[in-house]
Amino acid sequence: MIVADRKSLKEILAMVEDNKKILIAGCKGCVTVCNVGGLKEVEILASSLKIARKKQGNDIDIDIKVLERQCDTEYVAEISDIVGDYDAVLSLACGVGPQFLSEMYKDQIFYPGVNTTFFGGATRHGVWEERCAGCGTCAIHNFGGLCPIARCAKSLMNGPCGGSSKGICEVNKDTECIWDAIVKKKMEAGKLEDLIGVKGIKNWRTARDGGPRRSIREELVQGNI
Amino acid sequence: MRLSYPADIKVIQLPCTGRVDILHLLNAIEDGADGVYVAGCLEGECHYIEGNLKARKKVEYVKKTLAELGIEPERVEMYNLSSAQGARFAQIANEMVDKIKELGPTPVKNNHAA
Repeated sequence: MIVADRKSLKEILAMVEDNKKILIAGCKGCVTVCNVGGLKEVEILASSLKIARKKQGNDIDIDIKVLERQCDTEYVAEISDIVGDYDAVLSLACGVGPQFLSEMYKDQIFYPGVNTTFFGGATRHGVWEERCAGCGTCAIHNFGGLCPIARCAKSLMNGPCGGSSKGICEVNKDTECIWDAIVKKKMEAGKLEDLIGVKGIKNWRTARDGGPRRSIREELVQGNI
Repeated sequence: MRLSYPADIKVIQLPCTGRVDILHLLNAIEDGADGVYVAGCLEGECHYIEGNLKARKKVEYVKKTLAELGIEPERVEMYNLSSAQGARFAQIANEMVDKIKELGPTPVKNNHAA
């Protein structure tokens, strides 16, 4: 899923400083799963902002709406009747949400309420870790199912660097050296030789380096399936 | 026992403090309560195993949120006592009321108060 962290109340309050009536738009997709932009979080944020503004003696009206997804126009269209009723809309979806909203409702102001961080999953309750860099050319089968692009600080393809110490990456003591894990896994499986071949230079054009990406599924575009 | 406790307190009964939600606490503050406290069973003695422990975590979350908003986190508290501790209940009620009186009225001005 896409993982995000909510912006601080201070930052959000500064965004909506001049607004008297806002809509907080949550999303039932990834941000609900990572507990940052679902119904519960939307309600908590709404109450927190109202408390802050009442304290300032500058009340704010807040309505809430949680869309099925903010990354599909059919769901974004669901607020067409009400979107104009607000001074601004605060989206708690990932960065895709406020952009889809901005594209559909050109006269409205949309604020991002979260910082979108990475593609990952929960390793335990409350802890999410990055697993995919969305490089566009998946090759994790070459590395024991572990991705050195997303999980090595240098995205090295041919083994660890000198900063690997006791299985830990020099960049952060809480970050495992994924190359250490890859080598260990291959050794345990008795398949260390899988790593002998030199991996060629990666073509980064399928990643962000090739500019904004687009995925077209012709059969869907044509409506055949 | 006929113990008295301050009339400033409104008691809301729940089957277990595990039912307390962050929103219940925030909404109370939002609606102008000067303070809110949760009185749960003694730790380790929850009939539902860990309802009171979960309640404490929610209270801590709300305290953190209030601090972020520049509001005294002491306005929200968690206490643990058993249903047999009537004297302790009255003591806690007095303690909380004294503390809130010391802090003064809530800074959350409710312009729409009935």
